[in-house]
Amino acid sequence: MNGFLEFPFSFPIDTAAIDTAVRAFANRYKDFFDAVTAGLRGMVNAIYWVLDIVPWWAILIVVFLLGWRATKKIRKGALYAALLFLVGAFGMWDLMNETLSIVIASVIISLILGFILGVAIARSPRAERIVRPILDTMQTMPVFVYLIPALLFFGLGKAPGVVATTIYAVVPMIRLTCHGLQQVDKEVVEAAQAFGATYFQTLWKVQIPQAMPTIMTGVNQTLMMAMSMVVTCSMIGATGLGMEVYISVNRTLMGNGLISGTAVVIIAVILDRLTQSVGKKDLGR
Amino acid sequence: MCDNQTILRVQNVSKLYGMNKAEAARMMKEGATKDEVYQKTGVTVALWDVNFEVKKGEIFVIIGLSGSGKSTIIRCLNLLNRPTTGDILYQDQNIAEFNKQQLLDFRRHKISMVFQSFGLMSHRDVLSNVAFGLEVRGVSKEERAAKGRKMTEMVGLKGLENQPVSSLSGGMRQRVGIARALASDPEILLMDEPFSALDPLVRRDMQFELLSIQRKLEKTVIFITHDIDEAFKLGDRVAIMRDGKIIQIDTPEDMSAHPADEYVQRFIDSADKTKVMSVRHVMTPPACLVRTKETPAHALNEMRDNKIPSAYVVDEKLHFKGLITLEAAIEARNAGGRLADHLITDIATAGPDMMVSDILPILAESRYPLAVLNEDQELLGIVNRAAVISCLI
Repeated sequence: MNGFLEFPFSFPIDTAAIDTAVRAFANRYKDFFDAVTAGLRGMVNAIYWVLDIVPWWAILIVVFLLGWRATKKIRKGALYAALLFLVGAFGMWDLMNETLSIVIASVIISLILGFILGVAIARSPRAERIVRPILDTMQTMPVFVYLIPALLFFGLGKAPGVVATTIYAVVPMIRLTCHGLQQVDKEVVEAAQAFGATYFQTLWKVQIPQAMPTIMTGVNQTLMMAMSMVVTCSMIGATGLGMEVYISVNRTLMGNGLISGTAVVIIAVILDRLTQSVGKKDLGR
Repeated sequence: MCDNQTILRVQNVSKLYGMNKAEAARMMKEGATKDEVYQKTGVTVALWDVNFEVKKGEIFVIIGLSGSGKSTIIRCLNLLNRPTTGDILYQDQNIAEFNKQQLLDFRRHKISMVFQSFGLMSHRDVLSNVAFGLEVRGVSKEERAAKGRKMTEMVGLKGLENQPVSSLSGGMRQRVGIARALASDPEILLMDEPFSALDPLVRRDMQFELLSIQRKLEKTVIFITHDIDEAFKLGDRVAIMRDGKIIQIDTPEDMSAHPADEYVQRFIDSADKTKVMSVRHVMTPPACLVRTKETPAHALNEMRDNKIPSAYVVDEKLHFKGLITLEAAIEARNAGGRLADHLITDIATAGPDMMVSDILPILAESRYPLAVLNEDQELLGIVNRAAVISCLI
């Protein structure tokens, strides 16, 4: 009505044109995206196959032993194993394996990518200036937005789930790897150089071991974020526990939602405790 | 001529930080000061036209206050900092023109460095810290361990090879730092305020140790410090820096006798330690200490083990009780008496924060070393004449 109270004009942005352009791009490089999709699906299936072939009790024993070793308390190891037993008792063991296979695939890719990028950025202040706002955007962007291009380029199913999860979960790994390397005592790095260490020797023998506690925090965060993204990814057809939650929401099944939600929480807590204590152990040295 | 040979020659080295270096250099040539240049051009002049030569086998000390450029110049010598202009000649090769491989070889074989806050790798144990230089050079594991053990033993840390460095005290950590620097058998040892982070008693031990190591191995040492006493104690020649320039290079004796300007004079004046040093800095732990409840025979054993004809006596709470001499202890033993009855109790005492100049007259009168006591009458250490004299030199 008037330009004082109401915003006076708007640019006519042709969102439809953006859609067509992206679709055209997806079509043009269809072969490439199909190959990536096949690769990711193969990776997820391979991980699922391994998880499936290991008997349930073996996994319980492994969780018990790892929990015991990590926390130094036999009680905690037993607690973690009992909680996991509960997930199986809910009848969700297979769903858990499906979820875990997507999480593990995404985390493996995130850790490799995040580590390499983190190391690269730590080396150059200029790269850090460029990448930092991009990382901020990646972390604050509503996660559903990632689902759209994932869907467009990689179709429905587990492969786009892995892509969307990786985009979301790679950020803390990049950030904390970079941060960890930068906060290594400057004199220690100088010392390595003064004794004739090359760039890679300094990196492997000094900077990375010194930054290990921080990097392990990054691993833990990445795992947690992947776990939280997995529910969202059920919207684009990633099967598993998340799908159960999603179905329950759509059909307002309170009981089913509660049980599958609890299963997600249990798995997240166990993964968190196991990886967190690895970081703490390193810190203590 | 042979042992007076120049090993390192620094010629017209300058180091400027900032954008407009050419303009800043022009201003410096016209005699502008560092501050004027910074205000006009925004360029920080860390070093300006530094020249010196280091002779083989000498300890060359560079002294200056913080911000004088001393840490910058020592980092130029192994190219941790690259000089903006100027040459650094190592046996007539210009190290500023070394390629990557030559620089690595130079750092691996010829020159090594000891750092102010040690620069140790906390994720490694003592031995693998000491052997770090050999490791990056590609020496085999067995050889590394053997050489590392030898060096660890030389700096007095035998038996601690597999300890994490985080479990060591400051003095021990710097011993690791020195062992690491010596392990690669370099010709030149750069030491960037290596003892500044240590407390005074440990620092004196380390200075002594450095001198004895240097005498044994005959390394060339370039030593940075802000402490004129340390400089005069260690240096064969001393260079004073101020605002990125070297003001004077001389032997300690010549510098004391003929200071180049007022600034140097002020520096040297501060070296009169008795007026600035407190008793705490010159006291030493008593070589022989026994408790009042011990038997005279035990006191005699202690004296014999420490090869000293007297012992300081304290009670359970370390309160100072007196001094027992060898004769008195023998007498007490033969008479079957108690230690407490044979003490010399009129020992002169001093507080730890008294100035050394204040205790000089007391020490001159006293037959025995002074006992240093805190407010609670606990024995902290003793001061003998030798300790005071050694602090004066």
